[in-house]
Amino acid sequence: MSPSTHYDVILIGGGHNGLVAAAYLAKAGRKVLLLEARSHLGGLAGTEELFPGFHAPVGHADAGLFSPQVIKDLRLESHGLAFHDVPAAVFAPQPDGRALTLWRDPARAKAEIARFSARDAERYPEYLRVTARLAAVLAATAAEIPPNIISPSLNDLFPWARVALKARRLGRADMMDFLRLLPMTAQEWLNEWFESPVVQAALGAHSVTGSMLGPQSSGSAYMLLYQQMGVPNAGYRSARFARGGVGAVIAALTRAAESHGVEILTDTPVARVLLENGRAVGVELADGDLLRAPVIVSNLDPRRTLFGLVGPQQLNPRLMRRVRNIRFKGSTSRLTLALSGLPKFKGAPDGHDHLTGYTLICPSLDYLEKAYDDAKYGRISANPALELHFPSLHDAALAPAGQHLVSITIQFTPYDLKGASWAKEGKRLTDLVIKTLDAYAPGFKSLVKHNHLRTPASLESDFAATEGGIMHGQMALDQWLIGRPVAGFARYATEIPGLFLCGAGTHPGGGLTGLPGRNAARAILKNRRS
Amino acid sequence: MPIPTPFHSRTAALSVSHEWRDWSGYLSVARYAATHDAEYYAVRSGAGLLDVSPLFKYEITGPDAARLVDRIMTRDIAKCAVGQVMYSPWCDEDGQTIDDGTIQRFGPQHFRITAADPSLRWFQDVGYGLNAQIRDLSADLGALALQGPKSREILKQIVTQSDDSLDALKYYYLTPAKIDRIPVTITRTGYTGDLGYEIWVERRYAEKVYDSLYDTGRKYGLMPLGLVALDMLRIEAGLLLIDVDYIAATKADIESQKSTPYEIGLSWAVDLDGADFIGKPALQRELKHGSEWFFCGLEIDWPHLESLFATHNLPPKVLGMASRAAVPVYKDGYQVGQATSITFSPLLKKYIALATLKTQYAAFGDDVHLETTVEFSRQQARACVVKSSFFNPKRKREVLA
Ligand SMILES: Cc1cc2nc3c(=O)[nH]c(=O)nc-3n(C[C@H](O)[C@H](O)[C@H](O)COP(=O)(O)OP(=O)(O)OC[C@H]3O[C@@H](n4cnc5c(N)ncnc54)[C@H](O)[C@@H]3O)c2cc1C
Repeated sequence: MSPSTHYDVILIGGGHNGLVAAAYLAKAGRKVLLLEARSHLGGLAGTEELFPGFHAPVGHADAGLFSPQVIKDLRLESHGLAFHDVPAAVFAPQPDGRALTLWRDPARAKAEIARFSARDAERYPEYLRVTARLAAVLAATAAEIPPNIISPSLNDLFPWARVALKARRLGRADMMDFLRLLPMTAQEWLNEWFESPVVQAALGAHSVTGSMLGPQSSGSAYMLLYQQMGVPNAGYRSARFARGGVGAVIAALTRAAESHGVEILTDTPVARVLLENGRAVGVELADGDLLRAPVIVSNLDPRRTLFGLVGPQQLNPRLMRRVRNIRFKGSTSRLTLALSGLPKFKGAPDGHDHLTGYTLICPSLDYLEKAYDDAKYGRISANPALELHFPSLHDAALAPAGQHLVSITIQFTPYDLKGASWAKEGKRLTDLVIKTLDAYAPGFKSLVKHNHLRTPASLESDFAATEGGIMHGQMALDQWLIGRPVAGFARYATEIPGLFLCGAGTHPGGGLTGLPGRNAARAILKNRRS
Repeated sequence: MPIPTPFHSRTAALSVSHEWRDWSGYLSVARYAATHDAEYYAVRSGAGLLDVSPLFKYEITGPDAARLVDRIMTRDIAKCAVGQVMYSPWCDEDGQTIDDGTIQRFGPQHFRITAADPSLRWFQDVGYGLNAQIRDLSADLGALALQGPKSREILKQIVTQSDDSLDALKYYYLTPAKIDRIPVTITRTGYTGDLGYEIWVERRYAEKVYDSLYDTGRKYGLMPLGLVALDMLRIEAGLLLIDVDYIAATKADIESQKSTPYEIGLSWAVDLDGADFIGKPALQRELKHGSEWFFCGLEIDWPHLESLFATHNLPPKVLGMASRAAVPVYKDGYQVGQATSITFSPLLKKYIALATLKTQYAAFGDDVHLETTVEFSRQQARACVVKSSFFNPKRKREVLA
């Protein structure tokens, strides 16, 4: 970087949303500098070599929610992004030795479901149709900049006419279902459809992804839909895998950004946003350097941005209170294991096809609710809900020959442990997860060569995610749309002129979607003062 | 139900009328005798002693104390010297007035603030992220206002030790002092527009200090002062009363009920050149574009009022105390604002009011009309738009040494 260079935009944070926003802004002709604290780009959707020869995803490994519009606008396919199909959506081994596999092929999945309930199997195709229609409405809201409710302008509201139209096309019955579903619990919604607890769990476990909510909490049905906004995946959450793993998405985004002239600096943490006369005018780096630009965009979560980089004492109390009140409540941990071979689960079909989607340790929604109950009172779930993904099955290059990598998302490991600290509990959690898996896949323990655990505490210290909240603010109805990141500031601008947000803490929210980044860039380009 | 102040045993014993008012949840004497005239005259000719303990009081300390006070107040706190007191309003994010009070600066990072309304949450939120501690002293501190031309003489008899001699203590300055070996703070402040002081004392010593002041003051014509007379005195001095002359932004039902400091005569207390404070950008905009309202005094044309009553063969009848019922003010037949406090001033022999008028339609020096009821019929009494400080004696600010 030449310090004399003039930048139109400084973007803080090279998570996928930061990269998307930077690319869009540069594509529109802005001179953009992107600063990332870590040595790798991608943030929570990045990839890291945790053990020699093993390249593991930090967090979300699948691009099922990633916006097709972003892929198109940024021509990511010409920058090397390609997807490959896998046969399985979810594989759910049971404590009794049986196992349910939802294949992506609906007919095959239906046949599998019939082994648990003939009635459920009959209803399954209709369930897929209804959820797809409802999720499409949510997806339409996700792609738009939330309207200004206080003084709406026609220009702002116009795109929402399309959303309304889409909602109308649902027909009255579906529209009723949509409005009824949003505040419902996932459990109630699935009770209306299915009788088998195994089927309910396989279709409903993702309703609590990244949240401090149980399947019996209001709003979990909304999350169920949110996670299905993208590529259909047999009723489980949207899934789609990039060739080369999630790292390939980040690599394509990086190339796209650079092709439009974005300058990227890694290992460059920003310490502060500089204000002059109440306006954001630049950033101060951790090493003391000052860089100036008329527009500053932050990929960090709203509290980390406004309290950490700006300072609460610079905000009006109205905004300060709202930011202070954002619920983060990180509850997800990630255990990555290097395996000497693939595990053999009880009840599993032959071969490895069933492991190409997600492997779910969550026999019922009751099990999940109980796992949440523990967390609610500050404890790690005694029987944790686990979701496994084997990146090395998708791309052998991610692990040394013949060996495997498994990324385990552990649901309900609260940031605020009661009477304990994460510094001490990590080892216990690792042992608990391995022991749990050993019961479903005898011999699992002996396959483990290395382990690496990221808890809410280390997600906070390593990625600056407040309270280890992987969604940059809990996904809940009051923290959605015009309430995200906070009421009154849902349109990517903050009250500080020149300072914008583009991360998962803004609408539509967390996950590897690219939509906060895209919407933010559009809002910034519309903003007269930038 | 209102609760007693630290001076209650004394004020209750002196009150013959037993007429109480609720002031911020405390029992406050409305008037001590059957009428309040004597109290009123005592303040303008001798001295009055008023229990102002119901004011909310906050102490702000810590490395960022000055920054915090500056962030709250529209005045520039950098200009407030240690030992000085400043009057200032404070605003919400939109520059609308929340409250007004005094800031006493005890040290570079040590302040006390008085407020009419509970303010702890607001101060804490404004200070979130700053290294400053806010303590609510409201219940721990008793406060007495000693007001009137004789107040200095009285104090000098009983103050045994003070950093500054009372003769040298300037208007809106403070001094630590001892009364009967009891540590107190004396500020040269008040709400009557006269020479006067306020004495701040820990609750446990309150009664002793009261006794000292009262016993000595008696020889100088001191009378205990209640809220009814006070209301007349503060209108004469042109001093605002929250919830009467303006509505706290926090309590307004609709936006238009709120007022910026510019609209309530406090532009002198807004310093846009100092550090940033809450509401500053909004006030900068207002300064540029002009304010919708202005605050003023009205002097009612007495002969005209007389003539209105004369049509009914009546002598002019006015209330013997202040009225807080807002009445419309007209100009050329159109309503241009409202008078919010009205009183007959026995001292000035004038019928006066505090009013808020539209800048677009009225100005100082204009003739306007105040709605007045004469024998059940609505009439309009002629009045002149004047500055609000009807009574402003030299002695208020005078320094002797
Ligand atoms: C274990 C795990 C499992 C997950 N599972 C799912 C899932 O199943 N479904 C789902 O939808 N989502 C899931 N997610 C969440 C998803 O990965 C995130 O919501 C998403 O990646 C956030 O992207 P972002 O670009 O908005 O923010 P981030 O990826 O957090 O990017 C922020 C960037 O800013 C950088 N940064 C921080 N501070 C500074 C600084 N001071 N200066 C410069 N740079 C800085 C960080 O290093 C980071 O690169 C999961 C996440 C994790 C960790």
